[in-house]
Formats: sequence, structure tokens, C-alpha cells
Amino acid sequence: MAAKDVLGARGEELATDHLISAGLEILDRNWRCSQGELDIVARDQDDVVFVEVKTRSSVLFGHPFESITATKVARLRRLAAVWCDAHPGSGATVRIDAIAVIVPSRGAVEIEHLKRIS
Amino acid sequence: MAIGRTYAVSLLGLEGAIVEIEADLSNNLPGFVLIGLPDTALGEAKDRVRAAATNSGCGLPNRKITVNLSPAALPKHGSGFDLGIALAALAASGTVSAESIDRVLHIGELGLDGRLRPVNGVLPAVLAASRAGFTTVMVPSGNADEAALVPDMRVIAVPSLRDAAIWHGGEFEPEPVEIITRPVAAAVPTDSGDLSDMIGGSDAIDAMLVAAAGGHHVFLLGPPGAGKTMLAARLPGLLPDLDPQAALEVSSIRSLAGLPVGSNLTTRPPLEAPHHTATAAALVGGGSTQIRPGAAARASDGVLFLDEAPEFAPAALDALRQPLESGVISIHRANAVAHFPGRFQLVMAANPCPCGQWGARDSECTCPPNSRRRYLARLSGPLLDRIDIQFRVERITSAQLRLAGERPTLSTADARATVTAARDRARARLAATPWRLNSHVPGSFLRGRELRLAPKVTAGLDRALERGGITMRGYDRVLRVAWSLADLADDTRPDDTHVGQALYLRKAMSQ
Repeated sequence: MAAKDVLGARGEELATDHLISAGLEILDRNWRCSQGELDIVARDQDDVVFVEVKTRSSVLFGHPFESITATKVARLRRLAAVWCDAHPGSGATVRIDAIAVIVPSRGAVEIEHLKRIS
Repeated sequence: MAIGRTYAVSLLGLEGAIVEIEADLSNNLPGFVLIGLPDTALGEAKDRVRAAATNSGCGLPNRKITVNLSPAALPKHGSGFDLGIALAALAASGTVSAESIDRVLHIGELGLDGRLRPVNGVLPAVLAASRAGFTTVMVPSGNADEAALVPDMRVIAVPSLRDAAIWHGGEFEPEPVEIITRPVAAAVPTDSGDLSDMIGGSDAIDAMLVAAAGGHHVFLLGPPGAGKTMLAARLPGLLPDLDPQAALEVSSIRSLAGLPVGSNLTTRPPLEAPHHTATAAALVGGGSTQIRPGAAARASDGVLFLDEAPEFAPAALDALRQPLESGVISIHRANAVAHFPGRFQLVMAANPCPCGQWGARDSECTCPPNSRRRYLARLSGPLLDRIDIQFRVERITSAQLRLAGERPTLSTADARATVTAARDRARARLAATPWRLNSHVPGSFLRGRELRLAPKVTAGLDRALERGGITMRGYDRVLRVAWSLADLADDTRPDDTHVGQALYLRKAMSQ
């Protein structure tokens, strides 16, 4: 596994822990279909939450959130629809969140959670 | 609080409207949205602001920032809003004090390195802020002296966004930066020569004195080499210093036109001498989005000199008719109307025909009669009708040249003292009226009960009117010039010689 994929997997691990400690129920992780991959699918009371996780080791090349473009958000929305089709009756409302994880080589890990990004 | 609010000025002509800048920070993906009818230069502010904030060490939060410029319907242009936008965004994120920026009006363009660049039109913008009740403005260091010209205004000059943030309570260490100054335009030689340089032509000098005393427009007609340009260039020197109100207006126009203003108000009347290829827009001002002042506005409270007047495009000349009548230049565009002051004194010079020799004593004209007629017909009747003094200038003769050494000549300083005294007389007489100069007074007032001249005094003028030599409008203009002559001669009322001289100054053009 390449170094960036190791970092990505670590970030998703940390994001999942963050969601669980915030009281969300994890429904799915790394769910794939022909159109792409959803990092985390969770349930927050009535909402089904689709979470995009971005992990960086520093902000030297920009904040993780800055790499979530409008195109990427549009794809997430499409994937959410596909997931809902595959899991009928799973919830009333859909929400798309983003989590930024910064894992510096030294010092504390930083996690930021943005709700309802579109 | 996730909202920051501050103020800036949007200029339209010389009038400024206060614009409120609101910045909202919302929990969403990073982005910068600027709304409220910005033009292209202002729309690019979001990129400048983000880069400047990052590079000056007070980065904007990685959230969605929405900046609104209200009133939203007012078109806004230029880059002077950058500082206000940056500080409103920083206040929304809590980096600087929101209460502090709410009390201050901000003007300034940001460079990508976070330094503040000077902008055009700071003087009229700060004046507008003062009128709207603001007591504190923050401007780029490069504009500090200009902003300080406005009375009763606290001016905070900052060299960079970092220093601006520190002033508003941002917790940063000061970092000295090099101040961006305004590029200094090459100094234009302001010395237009002394009146004592003029040899001969003493009645031409007298005509210029009358023009200066009464603020009358002048038309000089004469062959090449008669000294028309020399005479016209010396007129601003004869005018008294500008009063504080006019000085502020002249400096404001300079600021708006991007000319250097300096740390003192301009106190001498300006001279503008556009080339005869000038278009109507260059003369009165124009532009589709940002309306800029033209030569006539820059010459307000001074002299607009049009050399070789018949060579100007007739449409350009006729564009001056409206400001000549009303003293205000109004430029109408689809989205806005801009007003500039237009109280200039018009001086036009022309040759009598294309070859220039018609009517000269020492040489022969080679033009066919119809081209001669057509040449001066390029100046429209309505335009010439607004010019009180129409004067013929002759080349000097060798006899005059010899005599010139023996006669005492009038220096500009002495002439200005005479003119100032004459203007004071006129102002005292017109104290109860809205007018200040003889050239502003309508004919009905001069023919009215108070100032009516005795029939004996106006006999020559009445005869000219009877014969059809002059029109009723011309009659009033002669009266005005006669009053200026009386003021110069320190007389309480014009006598028949003054009226005769005034008629001569009006009629010298017709052969």
C-alpha cells in the first residue's frame, strides 16, 4: 500500500472513531459501486449521513476541505442516491458531511467536521 | 458572532455613496462569495483578499465566507473595497474586533503580499464619508496626505493588512513593510510666464484683465504669431487664489483623475489645454462603467483653453454648451448619472482663416472666400453667443517693439492685485444675490431697477441694438463686461466710455 493510502486509511479510522464518539451509528464503510466509493455511511437519528473524509499530514498544500470541489460534492450526491437505492427503507433524510483529518508527523491529530456541506 | 460589518465608499462623479460591507462565515466547504453588483475589478477582490490575508499572516478561516455589499442595487466599481472586505471577513472569524471595524470607514486596495496600495479618488471619498457623519477613516499610507486634507476627520494610515488588523485589536506582532507610494507623475512646469513678457498689445492685456475680473469667457482671433497662446496661458496667473471650498473641489477632481494631490490643497486655478483632436468624451468626461472627469471638469474654477478652436470636432465643442450654461457637467449613462463641477472660464483662440493671414496688416490671405467663411462657421453660433469677450489680436509692429522698452509693463502680480480688488467690488455689490462674478449675473438683473444705467450712458449700445448690430442677448453681455470694466477702474457705476469699450470687446471680431 502506498504511503498516501496508509495515511488515508488511518484518517478514515480516526474519522469513524470521531463519529462513534459523537453518537452516530456506522452503517457502511468504503462502500463501492461502479460510480465510485463512499468513505463512511452513518445514521444520526433520522438522517442518513454520507461522510467524505480527507486526510493530510500538513496544510502546506492547502487545507483538506479545499480539495473538496463542487464536482466532488455532486458525485457524492449521486453516490448517495445509488446507496439509498441499494438499501431501501434506510432513512427519511439524507445529509452529506465532510471530515478533515490532519495527522502531523509530530503533535496532536486535528479533526474538523462540517455538516450539511451542500 | 459570525458576522463582520464595516463601511466603504462608492464614487459616482464627485459624489460618494456609503456602502455597507457585511461578511458572514458559515460552516460549509471553503469558498468566497462576493455579492452586491460588483464590477470585474471588485469581483477579483475575493482572490486578492484571500491571498493578502494568508501572506500577511492573518489567514481567513477555512469556511465559506459570504460578503455582501449593500445597497445591493448600487453598481460598485474599483478596488478600493479590498481593505473593508478583508477586515469584515477577519471580524466574522473573530480575528479582529467587530465593534472596532463597525465605527471606521475603510478605503484601500490590497496587494497579494498584504500591503495596501493607494487608490484614486481618496479625497472625494473621504469628503463623502465626512458628510455621512463618519469621524474615522482608514486609508493606505500612500493616500494619507490626501485624506488628511479633509477637515475634522481622524485619518488612520496603515501600510499593510497586518497593521490594519493590529489597529482593530488583532493579536499579531507588527512587521515592518515597505510602504507603497503613488507613482509620482513627472512635474509639469507650472510657471506659465509673466504678463510683463508680453510686448505691445496693451488692449489685448486689458481684455484679459476684464476677462479675469468678471470671469468672462474669451475668444481670441488673430493671425499666427500674434501672441494668442501667450495671452491665454497668462490668464490663470491673473485669477485670484481659490477659496477653500473651490480648492477642495479642484483637489478632489485631481484625485479622481489619478493626478497627484500632495499634502496641500491646490490653491491656484488650474489650466487645461486639450489638443484639438480631443473627443467630446475627453472634453466633458465619459466612460461606460466608471465615469471619469474630462478636461472641462479638471479646469473647473480655472481656465479651459482651446487653441485652434475651429480645428476641434464641432460635436466636441457643442458638448461644452451645457456646462457653459449651467456650471455643472452631467454625464448620463444607462446605469447612472454622474455630475462634475463645470465652472471653467473658456478661452478659445483661432486663426481668422485656414492660412491665418486674413485681416493681417502685413501679409496677404491666400484662402478662397468660401473656405474662409467655412473655417469660422465651424464654431457654432450658440457657442459663440455665450462668449462675452470676442477680441481681435494683431501682430506687433516694429514701432511697438521699439516703444516697448520705454513703457512700464504690467507684471502678473500687479495685475492679479487689480483683478482681486475688482472681484471684491463685484462680490460686495452682489452680496445679496446668488451670483459672485459679473459673468454669472443675468441681464434682467442688470436692467432691473437697482442697477439700470442712465439712458445717456447706454445711448451707443441702444443705437447698436436698434440698427440690429447686436441681439438682445448680446446687449446683456455688453452690460456685464461694462460692469467688469467699471470694477477694474474702481468706479461705482459704468459710464459711457465703459459701455463703449465693452461694445468694442464684443464686436472686435466682425470686420
